[in-house]
Amino acid sequence: MAEIGHFALILALGVAIAQTVLPVIGYLRRDSRWLAIGVSGAQTQFGLIVLAYAALTLAFIYNDFSLKYVEANSHSALPLIYRLSAVWGAHEGSLLLWVLMLTGWGFAVSLSSRRLPADIAALVLATMGSISVGFLLFMLFTSNPFERQFPVPLEGHDLNPLLQDPGLIIHPPTLYMGYVGLSVAFSFAIAALITGKLDVAWARWTRPWTTTAWLFLTMGITLGSWWAYNELGWGGWWFWDPVENASFMPWLVGTALIHSLAVTEKRGVLKSWTVLLAILAFSLSLLGTFLVRSGVLVSVHAFATDPARGVFILAFLTVVLGSALLLYAIRAPKLVSDGAVELMSREGLLLLNNVFLVAAAAAVLIGTLYPLVVDALGIGKISVGPPYFNSIFLPLMMPLAVLVGMSARVGWKQARLRDALWSLRWIALGSVICAVLLPFVLERSWAWMAILGTALAVWVMIGALLDVVHRVRARRDRWQGLRSIPSGTWGMTLAHLGLGFWIFGVTYASLFSVEKDVRLAPGQAAEIGAYTFTFQGTQHSEGVNYRADTGSVIVERNGRLISKLQPEKRLYPSQGSVMTESAVDHNPRRDLYVALGEPIGDQDWALRLYYKPFIRMVWFGGVLMFIGGIFAASDRRYRLARHARAAAASDATAAV
Amino acid sequence: MTKRQGRMMWIGALLAGIALAAALGFTALRKNMMYFYTPSDLVAQTAPKHARLRLGGLVERGSVKRGDGLLINFTLADCAQKVQVRYEGILPDLFREGQGIVATGMVADDGSFRADEVLAKHDENYMPPELASSLKTVDGKHSCAPFKSVNGNVASAGVVE
Repeated sequence: MAEIGHFALILALGVAIAQTVLPVIGYLRRDSRWLAIGVSGAQTQFGLIVLAYAALTLAFIYNDFSLKYVEANSHSALPLIYRLSAVWGAHEGSLLLWVLMLTGWGFAVSLSSRRLPADIAALVLATMGSISVGFLLFMLFTSNPFERQFPVPLEGHDLNPLLQDPGLIIHPPTLYMGYVGLSVAFSFAIAALITGKLDVAWARWTRPWTTTAWLFLTMGITLGSWWAYNELGWGGWWFWDPVENASFMPWLVGTALIHSLAVTEKRGVLKSWTVLLAILAFSLSLLGTFLVRSGVLVSVHAFATDPARGVFILAFLTVVLGSALLLYAIRAPKLVSDGAVELMSREGLLLLNNVFLVAAAAAVLIGTLYPLVVDALGIGKISVGPPYFNSIFLPLMMPLAVLVGMSARVGWKQARLRDALWSLRWIALGSVICAVLLPFVLERSWAWMAILGTALAVWVMIGALLDVVHRVRARRDRWQGLRSIPSGTWGMTLAHLGLGFWIFGVTYASLFSVEKDVRLAPGQAAEIGAYTFTFQGTQHSEGVNYRADTGSVIVERNGRLISKLQPEKRLYPSQGSVMTESAVDHNPRRDLYVALGEPIGDQDWALRLYYKPFIRMVWFGGVLMFIGGIFAASDRRYRLARHARAAAASDATAAV
Repeated sequence: MTKRQGRMMWIGALLAGIALAAALGFTALRKNMMYFYTPSDLVAQTAPKHARLRLGGLVERGSVKRGDGLLINFTLADCAQKVQVRYEGILPDLFREGQGIVATGMVADDGSFRADEVLAKHDENYMPPELASSLKTVDGKHSCAPFKSVNGNVASAGVVE
């Protein structure tokens, strides 16, 4: 079975090479039969990779420990669901998942290729094919998941217990969908550069793909944050870990990209900027893959430590980024915008938003790469801590939030700052009043950071709703007005609302969290604010593939029982590793979090107690952005094939 | 305003933004950088006092002593030198004697190390790369047998009685 998978990979490599080369020849010769190879190539390749992926999955289901990869990451006692997710639990398999997603996106593009001009479709698929070639070569030469070993071990090493968590089943695939999905935007950008055709229709084709990739990336990051909070036992939701940064940088640039694509579609300007962002976003995805996979990082995620792999990805990154930028340098001057951009207009402010987002991404990039560069140069070993990222990220995000709140009242083409600000005066006043009152009402605090954060959050939320309110009021029949709102507008509204909730959550969770490490004997209690945590001792228990000490902690508020929490300390004997399972009592208002540290003496335990206000809002914001992305990507106008083709035809004649 | 002026203004704004970000970035970076040191560095007093730094080494066998509350004292060593470390708080799951760890904190006046954070990785055979390479530099191919972790030694992890 494994050999079938291996063989499918080799065949897929052949198909990918054909898919890269032949359509380009077709484009140069203006031969539509050669161009069409892109479509069939993408579909064949997807089929082959699905086969390879299925082969590896079967090896996990049947505990085929003759495969090195299966032996290293599975165990016969591992529950089936985790055997399935163990397929991408380590380096080789996660690469296969990467390629599966890449060819999956290619397959999706090929299905909708009839809506595109033949040459664009062929060049997009050829570009995706070339990326696939790189990754398949990488997999076959340095990290083949189908490698056999003899003699066959009787038992596997087991999956890293950290990865045995429901959050981890969906986090990597979702994140990968986002990472890899940016390759579609990249490929469209390359196709636009080669053909020199970058018009409204191009922006309209590219937008739903980019938004879809973005929404997956958003969800992937949100899930990762949630998983880290639940599973790592540190109670944090974001650590500015290089691997988190690796996913956050493409997100920032991707967010800039979906906004500049909107400008390019509506106004026909910022074309070369949009293309550059598409190239950068995908390059950052590749960089992320390099950082995570090369073993240059010290992190939970960094499992590959073979230097050959790092060198390969770095070389591949250089080739992709280098050739894309070269092409950009040669062709971008031909992408002429259809007009100028006024600063005081929606497109002007969107460009400003882009500047902030890209600057933030650059700051994160510097903080992430600087220690690596310093180490590579042999100057010393340094690390850059969260204070760096916070001190740089927050000042950049504040003006961004102000801009988001203004967006609804600033029109396209040209607007007057005074009018816009005047029409927002009541909302600004309302935000300030909320900002002064809320931190006091909720947390008995007048801290200026809390006031500022609340003001921005309320400002963004109300600003997000303005567009909808506007459109409803514009019609006599309010219900008709509500129904006439296109789903793209709903998407924007939800995503911006999500940002507002996120800002709110971040502000309160970071300013008012209380974290306490205590040593308690059974019967002893510790207090956080009005909450009393009483430790009642631990009990021993046996799980499926682990042993556990389960503690029980009673939480009371002013003498009233709130919750009984049961945090666990688990030992997984197959790897000899210990895991902390925290227990959390949560509602939208606050989380109460208890984790077991270690036993001290005969009876005492070290316990970690947290009070985290509004931390759920952080993830809720991410989920709203995700849902907003779904609405935006499913806007009807992207599916009107006839419409798009007509627009393309009219633009083509205009170009001639 | 002509189209050209408009464009120049944009480029100017963009450059100003980048310059601002870069300036912010490098000041913040300089303030928040932490260097990595080994026990040998600390003993040789090449590490700065009163600055936060990261200290990596192996936890010496039998050196872990508990105090009141969550106070804990242990010795961190590379193959050449040892440093006393004092820490108050919860240790990571994989903190064990013989294990490689990285502690963040400051050097106290008496030459010992006050840690406010201790990191150990979720793998019994794991050694932070910085530590691995610094151990190698001490003597060509290093064998720190007295400090090496032994499989299944989870006595301090608490689950096994």
